[in-house]
Amino acid sequence: MAETTETPAVGGPDIDPSITSASPSVVDPRADAAERERLRRRAVNQDKFATGVLTAIIGLVLLIVVAMVAYILIEGAYTLVQPGFLTERSRANGTAGGVAYQLFDSFYLLFLTLIISVPISLGGAIFMVEYAPNGPVKRIASTAVETLSSLPSIVVGMFGFLVFSVGFGWKYSIISGAVALTMFNIPILVRAIQQALEDVPQAQRDACLAMGLTRWEATVHVLVPSAMSAIVTGVVLSAGRVFGEAAALLFTSGMSSPVSLNFLSFGFTSPSSAWNIFRPGESLAVHIYKIYGEGSPEAQQIVWGTAALLMICVLIFNVVARLAGRALSRKVTGV
Amino acid sequence: MAQTMPKRRLEKIGLSVTGACVALVTLVVVALILMVAGKGLSAFFKDGVNPLEFFAGTKWDLQNTNENGMPYVGALPLIVTSSAVMVLSTLLALPIAVGSAIFAVEIKPEFGRRVFQPMVELLVGIPSVVFGLIGFHVVVGFMKTVLGSPTGLGILPGSIVLAVMILPTITTFSIDALRAVPASYRQGSLALGCTRWQTIWHVVLHAAKSSLITATILGMTRAFGETLAVRMVIGGIEVMPTGLLDSASTITTTLTTSMAVYADGSPQSDILWSLGLLLMGMSLVFILIIHFVGRKGATERG
Repeated sequence: MAETTETPAVGGPDIDPSITSASPSVVDPRADAAERERLRRRAVNQDKFATGVLTAIIGLVLLIVVAMVAYILIEGAYTLVQPGFLTERSRANGTAGGVAYQLFDSFYLLFLTLIISVPISLGGAIFMVEYAPNGPVKRIASTAVETLSSLPSIVVGMFGFLVFSVGFGWKYSIISGAVALTMFNIPILVRAIQQALEDVPQAQRDACLAMGLTRWEATVHVLVPSAMSAIVTGVVLSAGRVFGEAAALLFTSGMSSPVSLNFLSFGFTSPSSAWNIFRPGESLAVHIYKIYGEGSPEAQQIVWGTAALLMICVLIFNVVARLAGRALSRKVTGV
Repeated sequence: MAQTMPKRRLEKIGLSVTGACVALVTLVVVALILMVAGKGLSAFFKDGVNPLEFFAGTKWDLQNTNENGMPYVGALPLIVTSSAVMVLSTLLALPIAVGSAIFAVEIKPEFGRRVFQPMVELLVGIPSVVFGLIGFHVVVGFMKTVLGSPTGLGILPGSIVLAVMILPTITTFSIDALRAVPASYRQGSLALGCTRWQTIWHVVLHAAKSSLITATILGMTRAFGETLAVRMVIGGIEVMPTGLLDSASTITTTLTTSMAVYADGSPQSDILWSLGLLLMGMSLVFILIIHFVGRKGATERG
């Protein structure tokens, strides 16, 4: 491309000082009119060319997104509408039957994960925004959160396996998986809630304290309610991420559900009770990973059906996050 | 109850409850780092694996043991594959991500906010196994039919799948980086008679340089640690890769397939933890680089 030739050699930090001499559109009094016109036209053509390239790039990205989503939904649509796919348990190690248990396990894992991770993240974020001065505590805490967020999920899964499955003797269980997912989820949540709280105008904080409220009262009665819509959006979006996570679950919640589950048994310790948190469980995402390589046409249909189901759930989370956030903010602001 | 409580006590309770949450998170992170480090180092200290062999050896085979009763633990093929996949996918994703970020911020801001960003967020939400599944059918199928690769598995399809996965990461952070450039910079440049592209190329990208580098590194971090999507398209054979279309195995994919196989405390399990330590070390290094770049950018801006 021609424009690389006029890239300034070494620039200042922000605006390149050499730009005035390098840029062809700047009038040089010695150049005659024709030369000026040539340079101007070149700059304009470059501009048009670049705009065209950028438009093509963005078109490509949109095409990829739409094509991927459509491909999954179309491939999986047939299986998804089969009677029993959503209500039957899987047979033959997942290669036949439905995905009812996997669907249940996914939501159960998500539910437990949110129960553990939302309070911790909320507390952590409140501490970091409202209590911690800009001192060492906040620096250490945010470094910790950042570290956790950059860790590959497989490492989190290995840690969960070592500590919860082996160390605590929980074996492959829903609760091990939920705790591993919690570790994966906390950094996402803390960041979202922190952002939500920071976006509350400082004036509100000042007003509360001026009226004699403690920081805690200000946080609970004023700041958290007014940040609520952004918090809910963040929680639901993170739920979408958790729902599709599989690598952290392979060694913690396991790769299979019990052969039969009893949803009416509330004996939380019985191995066949669906609600027993110490039984192994398999999420939809893990199910896909488990059987994607199976060659039989029926297994392939189940894989695509599961993928479509997972995709639809994630889409629903996305839409719900937006709608709930908007509805809540309308309620809070009264507009 | 809360109303009758003296205010100072209430404040103390609030402080200690939220402080406990922060302490818990910090403690877990420290415990994680220490335990992974301890487990990962035990292969070298307890089992006597030579670090040189681990980092430079080219034979990885946990099932068979050599004359000393130790498995073959040369992790270089895995490290090379992981790095190759990371670099290649970043090279593929970077121009597309930055290009679309430029479009969404500089050319059609309204379209960027209303249409493009929700689309990108959707891409973030697609689970990695679904990326892997599509890669396994579409990308691998393409490699087989068009490029004539026998299995279709390998580093190239892995990089393509990863490139799509890290695309939203780099794009989102690039959009933020470009938005943070003050409008006065653009106005100044346009007032000097520069075209929009000249403004973008010489001024905006220049001003956002350090944030764009951070965005790229975040994408690379994700590419290096991604597991299942890569596992599904790369083949999972632990040999030194000789070409982009030969089956290979990254650090993460080897962990996925082998971790649950070996008993805790066996040399095989220890050496897998060393791989985990390597992964963790890499992501810590990436964080350090991001901090360094951020600080450098901040001092440059003054």
